[in-house]
Amino acid sequence: MSRFIERHPAWTFVFFVLAILLLLLVFAVWPPGLVAVMGKKKIFLNALLNGITLGALYFLVASGFTLIFGLMRNVNLAHGSLYLLGGYVGYAAVELTGVWFLGFVAAFIIVAIIGVVLQVVVFRRMEGEDLRQTLVTIGISIVLADLMLWYWGGDFYQILTPDWLSGPVVTPIISVLKRSTGDPIYIKYPTVRLVILAASIVIGVGMWLLLNKTRIGMLIRAGVDDRDMLAANGVNVQLIFVVVFAFGAGLAGVAGVVGGTFQSLAPGEDIRYLLASLVVVIVGGMGSIPGAALGAVIIGLAEQFGSVYMPTYSVVGTFLIMVLVLAFRPQGLLSMR
Amino acid sequence: MKKWIFSAAIVMMAALTSVAHAAEKLKIGFLATLEGTYTVLGEDGFRGMQIALKEWKNMAAGREIEVIIAPTDASPDSAVRAVRKVVEQDKVDIVIGPLSGSEGIAVKNYAKTQPQVTFVNGISGAQETTFVEPADNFYRFNMDGAQWMAGLGSYVFNEKGYKTVATIGEDYSFIYTQVYGFALEYCQAGGQITERFWVPLGTKDFASIIAALPEDVDAIYLGLGGGDAVNFLNQYLQAGGEANLIGGTIMVDQTVLSSKGKAKEVLAGTPAAGPQADTWDDPNWQKFVKAYQDAFPPEKRFPSPALMAVGYYNAANAVFSALETVKGDLSDGHKKFREALKATVLDAPNGKISLDANRQAIGTNFVTEVAKDDKGNLVNKLVKVVPNVNQTMGIDPAIFKKIGVPGREVPKCQKAYN
Repeated sequence: MSRFIERHPAWTFVFFVLAILLLLLVFAVWPPGLVAVMGKKKIFLNALLNGITLGALYFLVASGFTLIFGLMRNVNLAHGSLYLLGGYVGYAAVELTGVWFLGFVAAFIIVAIIGVVLQVVVFRRMEGEDLRQTLVTIGISIVLADLMLWYWGGDFYQILTPDWLSGPVVTPIISVLKRSTGDPIYIKYPTVRLVILAASIVIGVGMWLLLNKTRIGMLIRAGVDDRDMLAANGVNVQLIFVVVFAFGAGLAGVAGVVGGTFQSLAPGEDIRYLLASLVVVIVGGMGSIPGAALGAVIIGLAEQFGSVYMPTYSVVGTFLIMVLVLAFRPQGLLSMR
Repeated sequence: MKKWIFSAAIVMMAALTSVAHAAEKLKIGFLATLEGTYTVLGEDGFRGMQIALKEWKNMAAGREIEVIIAPTDASPDSAVRAVRKVVEQDKVDIVIGPLSGSEGIAVKNYAKTQPQVTFVNGISGAQETTFVEPADNFYRFNMDGAQWMAGLGSYVFNEKGYKTVATIGEDYSFIYTQVYGFALEYCQAGGQITERFWVPLGTKDFASIIAALPEDVDAIYLGLGGGDAVNFLNQYLQAGGEANLIGGTIMVDQTVLSSKGKAKEVLAGTPAAGPQADTWDDPNWQKFVKAYQDAFPPEKRFPSPALMAVGYYNAANAVFSALETVKGDLSDGHKKFREALKATVLDAPNGKISLDANRQAIGTNFVTEVAKDDKGNLVNKLVKVVPNVNQTMGIDPAIFKKIGVPGREVPKCQKAYN
C-alpha cells in the first residue's frame, strides 16, 4: 500500500478524492440539484448496496471456479450445475430441519463430495487435456441439469429465511429530510442481503488467510506457480487437487443456497451462474482470488446501476466491461501472469 | 446379378412405403418453452396437450397422431430453430405452438415461408402476431395479451379506487401487449399511469428497481412471469414493500401461485385478469379441472390448471375436430382443413371461442382476485366475466390502428382515443 503511494502519488490522489466523493454521496443529504441530475438518493444508495451484495454472491460462485482453474488449469464448465445442485440440496435440508443455517452445511458437504467424485473419477484421467476436459464438463453439466429437472421439476424454489432475517432493517444512513418537519427519513434495506454480504466478506477473508498464512495454502500457491516442481519435492499433488476441488465445489454449493434465498432456484440458473462466473473471472483475472472479488463487485455494480439508470441496456453493460478488459488488459485486472 | 437384386430391393421398399402411406401417422409438431425461465409454463402447456390427446385416444379422423416435441426457451431464435426442426427435418403437417409472445411473432413470420404447413398457436399472446401482417396459415385460438386485460382497468379504477398506477414489466412484446390492454381501459376510465419500468426478460435481481418504484402512487401493476415474477415477489417481501399490487395475466396464474416459498403470499388480494378464473363454477370449466387433476398425480401438476394447459388443450382440440370434419384429408394443400379450422367455434373450458378475419380468437375474459381456497392453496377467485372480447377491445378498428403497435410508451395514457 505505502509502496503504491510512493510510486503513483497522482493516482493515489485521484483515488482519495473519489473515495471522499463516494462517502459524501452515501452519507450527506443530497441537495436538490443533485437529485435533479441523478434521481433520488434512495435509488442510488440501493443500487450501490445491491450491487455490492450481488457481487458478494457472484464472488462466492466465481472464487471456487477461479481456485480450481488456478491450480489445475481445469475449466470446469459444470460449475453452474454445482451451484444449482447446492441450492436444491440446501432447500431440501431447510425443509427437513427448518434451520436455515443447516442448508449451507448440507449444501457444502454434499456438493464437495460430488466435487471429489468428479475430480477422482473424471478429471484425474484427463489431466492436462484441456479440450477433453472442457467437452466432458459441458457433457456433465447437461446430464446434471436433466437429472435435476427430472427430480425437482421446473418449479421455482425459494429457501425460506428465518423470521428475523425476512423484512427490512433501518440503516443509519439518511435518505431525505421530511419536507414538513425536517426530520430525517432513514434508508431501509433487506436484512438478509446484509447478512449475505457479511458472510461473503468473512469467507473471502478466510480464504485469503488460508491461502497466505497456512501450510496448505502455501502448498496450493506453490502448486499454482509450478505444479511439477511441487510434485518433485515429494508433495502429494493429487491430494491437494482433490481438496481444492472439493472446497471450490462446496463454495458453489453454498452460493446456491445464498442464491436460492434472495433470488430463486429453477432450471436455467446453472447456465446463468456459469456465465456470470466466467465473466467475473475474465474481468478479474483467471486464477486470482482478489481478482474474483474485484470482478464480482464490478459486475454486480454494473448490473444494478444499469438496471436503474439504463434498464434496457443493463445486460450490454456487463459485457461491455468484459470487452474493454479483454481489449486493454486481456489477462484480467488483477492477474499476475 | 448384384445390380438386379439391388433394384428389386428398391422396388420392394418403394412398394412397402406406399402401403405404409395409407395408414400414415399424422405428424404434429409441438413447441413449448421446456427450457429456461418459462420451463414450468411449457410443462403445463404439455399437460394440456396430453389431456386433449387422451380424450381423442391419440386418433383424429382415423389417423394415429404422432407428436414431435421441440423445446424452446422463450427467445424468438430458439422458437425458429425448433419450428424449423419439426417442419424441415421431421416434415410435420401441423405445428401447435409456441408459448411466449416474441416466439409467436417469429413463428408467424416463419409460417409465411412454409405455406404447406398449418400453424396453430399454443398460448403466445403478442398482439402483432395476428394483427400486423398476419400469416394466412397461422391460427390463434387464444386471445392476445391485451384482450386478457379486458375488464381490469375499469375494475381497479372504479371498484378499487386506484387513481394513479406505475407499471413494471418485462421488456418484450407480450408484456407490451398486456400493459397496452390495461392502459387502454384504465386511462379511458380516468386513471393515470405515472411511470413505466421495463426490465430485461430473465432479470433475477429486482432489488434496485424495487427501491426505484414510486411511493406516491395508489398501486403498482406487475407485468412479470415465471421465475422473474417469483424473484420480484421474494425481493419485494425482503425489502418490506407494502404497496397495492395489480397483476398481469401470468403474474397471478398457477405457475406463480404454486411456487415453493412464501413470497407468493404478497399477492393475496391482488386484482388481475386473464382468460380463466380458477373458481369459475361453469360445468365445462369444472369438468376440465377434474380431467386435469385426474390425469396427473398431485406432485406432477398444479392444484388447478394454468392458462398454458388450457391454451394448448384448446389449440389441440381445434386441430383434431377440424381434422375430423374433413375426415383427415390434407391432400389439397390443407385447403379444406383450414376452412374447417376457421369455421371452428370451440366450446372451450374457458368459454366460447371463435375466430375473426385475421384468424384471431374472440373469447371470454375474467377479472379475478387472488384468494386462499379451503385447502390453503392460492387461487384466482372470479370477480367478473367479460364476454365476447375481440382483438380491438370494442374500439373501432380504424382508430385502434392509429394507437399503434404495443410498445414501451404505446399507448399514451389518454382519457379518449380518436
